Amino acid sequence: MISTSEILETNSMIQNANLDVRTITMGISLLDCADSDIDKFNEKIYNKITTKAKDLVKVGNDLEFELGVPIVNKRISVTPIAIAAAGCNTDDYVSIARTLDKAAKAVGVNFLGGFSALVHKGCTPSDNKLINSIPQALAQTDIVCSSVNVGTTRNGIDMDVVKRMGQIIKKTSESSVMGCAKLVVFCNAVEDNPFMAGAFHGVGEKDCVINVGVSGPGVVKKALEQVRGADFETLCETIKKTAFKITRVGQLVAQEASRRLDVPFGIIDLSLAPTPAVGDSIAEIFQEMGLQEAGAPGTTAALAMLNDNVKKGGVMASSYVGGLSGAFIPVSEDNGMIEAARMGALTLEKLEAMTCVCSVGLDMIAIPGNTTAATISGIIADEAAIGMINSKTTAVRLIPVPEKNVGDFVEFGGLLGYAPIMPVNRFKCDDFINRGGRIPAPIHSFKN
Amino acid sequence: MNCIITVLGKDKIGIIGKVCTLLSDKNVNILNISETIIKDYLNMIMIVDISKSTENFRELAESLSQAGKEIDVEIRIQLESIFDCMHRI
Repeated sequence: MISTSEILETNSMIQNANLDVRTITMGISLLDCADSDIDKFNEKIYNKITTKAKDLVKVGNDLEFELGVPIVNKRISVTPIAIAAAGCNTDDYVSIARTLDKAAKAVGVNFLGGFSALVHKGCTPSDNKLINSIPQALAQTDIVCSSVNVGTTRNGIDMDVVKRMGQIIKKTSESSVMGCAKLVVFCNAVEDNPFMAGAFHGVGEKDCVINVGVSGPGVVKKALEQVRGADFETLCETIKKTAFKITRVGQLVAQEASRRLDVPFGIIDLSLAPTPAVGDSIAEIFQEMGLQEAGAPGTTAALAMLNDNVKKGGVMASSYVGGLSGAFIPVSEDNGMIEAARMGALTLEKLEAMTCVCSVGLDMIAIPGNTTAATISGIIADEAAIGMINSKTTAVRLIPVPEKNVGDFVEFGGLLGYAPIMPVNRFKCDDFINRGGRIPAPIHSFKN
Repeated sequence: MNCIITVLGKDKIGIIGKVCTLLSDKNVNILNISETIIKDYLNMIMIVDISKSTENFRELAESLSQAGKEIDVEIRIQLESIFDCMHRI
């Protein structure tokens, strides 16, 4: 029988350390909605999404109530629209984004991801239409998220798309700054990611699945407070044990949601996902480990250790692990990161180094509005190269904020938080970006 | 189906009586009770079986919460599975 101390420990994690399940994400295939008539396609995807996900929010809310653990978001991911809509006779896909937004709002979810294209080896006409539609699609919708995969370890990096994505990000920010918070550029994108903005439902997936993303930076920080000054063995063991407990809650929620919705369980994403709330921050974990601020020398090692031990602890707690799995370092969504960036402890270059060992990449970083498209493409190319060479997922979610400069702040609200505008290297890379073509697939031997 | 009821608040006469009477009225079986009092604050934990309850989980949670308000304590009910999953392999 469960002991009193175990009950108190679990409830203390929830009440005092912000333990939550970040998201239940329902992945829905739209491949069977294909139609050459765009109006019929929109009608089919609206009907499929609102049918499959009609009980998602209710089940999420019931589980939250019965288990007593917050389930912060309920979300939907769909087949990349550039694939699902490839047969439509139309010039742009903005109406599809509006339909997705309408369907997502009808079922009451927080976000829908999948306005996406996988173009790591080049674009089809449909990919081109989707990419060109991104700025308006994100400006005219509220909760639709978009992603573009520009490279993979197997295929290299499509630099033509990298160049275009710099321009698309600039254009998106001019239509809507919030649009850039809903747009991510990937290398090695995963097909079962429940987190936004990069969630989409891969073509290798079942018709409909339930994926769950766990959270809990605050729980790890509280646990580390109990081993202050201890050696790295103790530190790692504490992180593993905590990650195990957090992930078990995610596994329970995923299995219950799957059973109640009669939809197969896909994966648990073993993530530490911060929020702007105090006590729910990755940067505060670094401070607890002994770093003055996130970004100080030692930060990359601290993040590598954190990430690895979250995985080691979490893997045994779940029957299927997938998604992005690891610690996220979104600047605007993490109170400690915001503060570190504001005081100059955390720079774009240090963040880039951290992305070599973390879950994803340069995430939710506000940059000056006068940053050129070529510079943004250069940053994307660097980040994609890290992913390609190291066989990991990397991503870029940059937000050039028009008319704002270093020292200013931008507010996104809710889970997306707020961010200081960070300085960007002022030296140019235009001639490099303008070359065009692809960076070939890397060699998989001689790992030095 | 087993659930965990936690009662938190300033200690006074009749808290356990009130909660137990309510559970008896709703046909909920109490499997275990433990309580600690630290500096006048009561922390009571009950393991109960609600499979024969006359109310569903949500109704029972509301009844307990309402009863708690009447005697100025916080009463929560959660499925036992969240504690089981976290602490048992």
